Amino acid sequence: MKVLLRASESRWLAPAAVLAAVLLTLLLTAVPIRLAGANPAAAFERYLVTPLTTFGSLGEVLLTATPLLFTGLAVAIAFRVGYFNIGAEGQFLAGTIAASIPALYLPDLPAPIALPLALAAGAVGGTAWAFLPAWLKRHAGIDEVVTTLLLNPVALLLVQGLLNGPWRNSATGFPDSDRFGAGYDLPRLIEGSRVHAGLLLAVLLVAVTWIVMSATPLGLRLRAAGQSPSAARFSGIRVTSLQWRCALVSGAVAGLGGASQVLGVQHQLTASVSNGYGYTGIVVATLGALAAGGVLLAALLLGTISVGAQNASIVLQLPTQMGAIVSSTLLLAAVGFLAARRYRLALRRRRVR
Amino acid sequence: MPAIALEATSADVASAPLAELVGIRKTFGALVANDSIDLAVQSGEVHALLGENGAGKSTLTRILYGLSQADSGEIRIQGRSTPMSSPADAMAAGIGMVTQEFSLVGTMTVTENLMLAGVGLGRIDRMAARARVLDAAARIGVAIDPDAVVETLSVGERQRVEIVKALFHDCRLLILDEPTAVLVPQDVELLFASIRRLTADGMGVIFISHKLHEVVEIADRVSILRRGRIVASVPARGLQPRQIAAMMVGADAASPGDDTQAAALATAIGLDAHVPAPPAAVSTGRGAALEIRDLTLAGASRPLLDRISLSVHTGEIVGVAGVSGNGQTELVRVLCGTTPATSGTVHVGGADITTAEVPARIAAGLGRLTEDRRGSVVLNLSVEQNLVLEDLDRFRNGPFISRRRISAHVRELMERFDIRASASDPIRSLSGGNMQKVLLARALSRNPTALVVSQPTRGLDVGACDYVYSQLRGLRDNGAGVLLVSEDLDELLELCDRIVVVYSGRIIGELSAAEASREELGLLMTGHTA
Repeated sequence: MKVLLRASESRWLAPAAVLAAVLLTLLLTAVPIRLAGANPAAAFERYLVTPLTTFGSLGEVLLTATPLLFTGLAVAIAFRVGYFNIGAEGQFLAGTIAASIPALYLPDLPAPIALPLALAAGAVGGTAWAFLPAWLKRHAGIDEVVTTLLLNPVALLLVQGLLNGPWRNSATGFPDSDRFGAGYDLPRLIEGSRVHAGLLLAVLLVAVTWIVMSATPLGLRLRAAGQSPSAARFSGIRVTSLQWRCALVSGAVAGLGGASQVLGVQHQLTASVSNGYGYTGIVVATLGALAAGGVLLAALLLGTISVGAQNASIVLQLPTQMGAIVSSTLLLAAVGFLAARRYRLALRRRRVR
Repeated sequence: MPAIALEATSADVASAPLAELVGIRKTFGALVANDSIDLAVQSGEVHALLGENGAGKSTLTRILYGLSQADSGEIRIQGRSTPMSSPADAMAAGIGMVTQEFSLVGTMTVTENLMLAGVGLGRIDRMAARARVLDAAARIGVAIDPDAVVETLSVGERQRVEIVKALFHDCRLLILDEPTAVLVPQDVELLFASIRRLTADGMGVIFISHKLHEVVEIADRVSILRRGRIVASVPARGLQPRQIAAMMVGADAASPGDDTQAAALATAIGLDAHVPAPPAAVSTGRGAALEIRDLTLAGASRPLLDRISLSVHTGEIVGVAGVSGNGQTELVRVLCGTTPATSGTVHVGGADITTAEVPARIAAGLGRLTEDRRGSVVLNLSVEQNLVLEDLDRFRNGPFISRRRISAHVRELMERFDIRASASDPIRSLSGGNMQKVLLARALSRNPTALVVSQPTRGLDVGACDYVYSQLRGLRDNGAGVLLVSEDLDELLELCDRIVVVYSGRIIGELSAAEASREELGLLMTGHTA
């Protein structure tokens, strides 16, 4: 048997690969779910269906998906142009720090000034955190995968340092910041749910990204630069400059996500503000095939699984980590099948004498 | 009857061909690459295999050498059916192959390279291997220094090493896949002398070439493949190149209606008998379309381009000849704007583009068609996207792309340049010829003042070559200047008004196409100045 590259592929092949990935995921994760003492079918229902059935849990899904939309979009923008930004986590955290600065030092500003200020600060923070790796990549050719990744724990340590130092809670003494001024609360979107205006901002960014990618010369140039830098360069596309700009925009989007999270959900800076959103953003971008619409769907899917995992842990006594197992298995299966669809198997004939 | 049959059988065994392919069929999806092919190579025979690109020659030789397996049919070696499931089987059966892509390790010596080919388990006997190299070199009648490091050798010398390597395995049938494509004329002569010595020893040779005058010179028998079938297998003696060309495209040379086609084809293939005289260029008031002055590109030890000065006038095709690796690639890169020049200037139609970025070069009227076809397009993007990638700003509608104008433009180009694909196909699925048409369309649609072209027909079939030639001529006749870099002398002699020869990064000679001879060019290409 031999593995050969497909000359052409039919349209249904990519959806079929995703479907196969979902089926394989269900099959594989049934084993640990069974081992944890639950019925796999019931567990899958909890993971994928239950969260979408009630108003309250639907709101939680949207709330969970919001930071993932920001980080997923940030990663997708960078990956599209061939800049492998693994640092959305650090940029997200930098965004939370930067948004906290006006919120802590100018607590009395009214909302119409406070919110734009804090959100802009978040975007600037994320951009600043993305700046160094992008600069090193552009001027010294240093691989961005390593530098962006290594700056993630630095950002976390910075958050912890601030919370244990100058920003320690003045009332309780815990390593959490003071509560932000009331003007800094992102408005709730729906009565009776924690969904906040950050979701609107994220969806807006998704829409803008989609339009830029699919309908402007810039979008086509970005794709060309990401797919084949040398050919793009030959065609007069300034690949290095595009990567530089996308790296900074990616950082800004991730930082905006951090700002949205502290202003919309936490209302104070805590060390656990990120919960790995930056890393999950890589999963979201990959599952979403680096497309804006795909990021939207993938973020909602992972949000659903994550809310479902909490539900399952209460009802079925499954550990919440099982949700992570399901989504990471799904990622591996999807990436595997999507890569494998480019190939076909050829059975080598036995020679007939 | 039985007696006769028996007699015939024993006669068969006595005169069994060295190698015989019987009823070979190979399909790739819907494409039939080889269709019930019968082919026999006798010992002592040079059997030329001819056909357009895509006719099935490489598929057939790959099957014979065990690199791919036939769907049906069998291979007989000296009358005995021998399955070839890998090159190891082929070597064991006494078959050797030399392809255009050499498989030598550049940093090792000749002897070490040949030892690699024959390494099994156990002791490596360097002295014995060295002796065998000298032995094999003597067998093909050339001098090879067994201790020379391969990367210091010329292309011709490397090819000789490859042949010696093939001979290492007690080879009785040698497959040479376009062996002359990379050689200067003097090396071709040496190669032919080697082939004659080998066949005199009783070896069989399968010789694949596009160059008909070579085939007529060296072959004993000519088999012609067309669309996967053998359409003719005839003795080479007395055969006219023109007849072969006609058979290759399926035209009957005798029928008068096909005269023009056969002539076009003959020129496309490189029959130099009737090179049409280039139209006398307009001599008055010609400006320079492309003006290169003292262009230098520094390299690690010596300059890759050394003070190149050259001007291409409007309405002129200037050829750049040279053995590969003498600065042609670098020259094209510098002109195309992918490598910055160290010093010197480049003007297109009066505009200085020496340090200009690609869009400015294009705007100044520079067209580019490089040898790296697949590197000039983004393979995963569609034909349409690639066609407009360099001119996106022309199709803007406010901040957005106008899809309507793009598809109208693309439809027009695809029609005008006869691109046989759908606009939404990923360009990686296109054949070499079609891809070249896309690149031609992209470059020519802007009516460039000067076109830089490198190896425009490498790997293309006869029809596509002819098409490229006619487009280049059309551009010239419309008043553009063309700089044609090619390793194919036939191509240069046919298309160019003037030919310069580069050697070691310098221009060491210039000839007008009318006075240039193959020998003269060949001498210059090897660095001999008169």
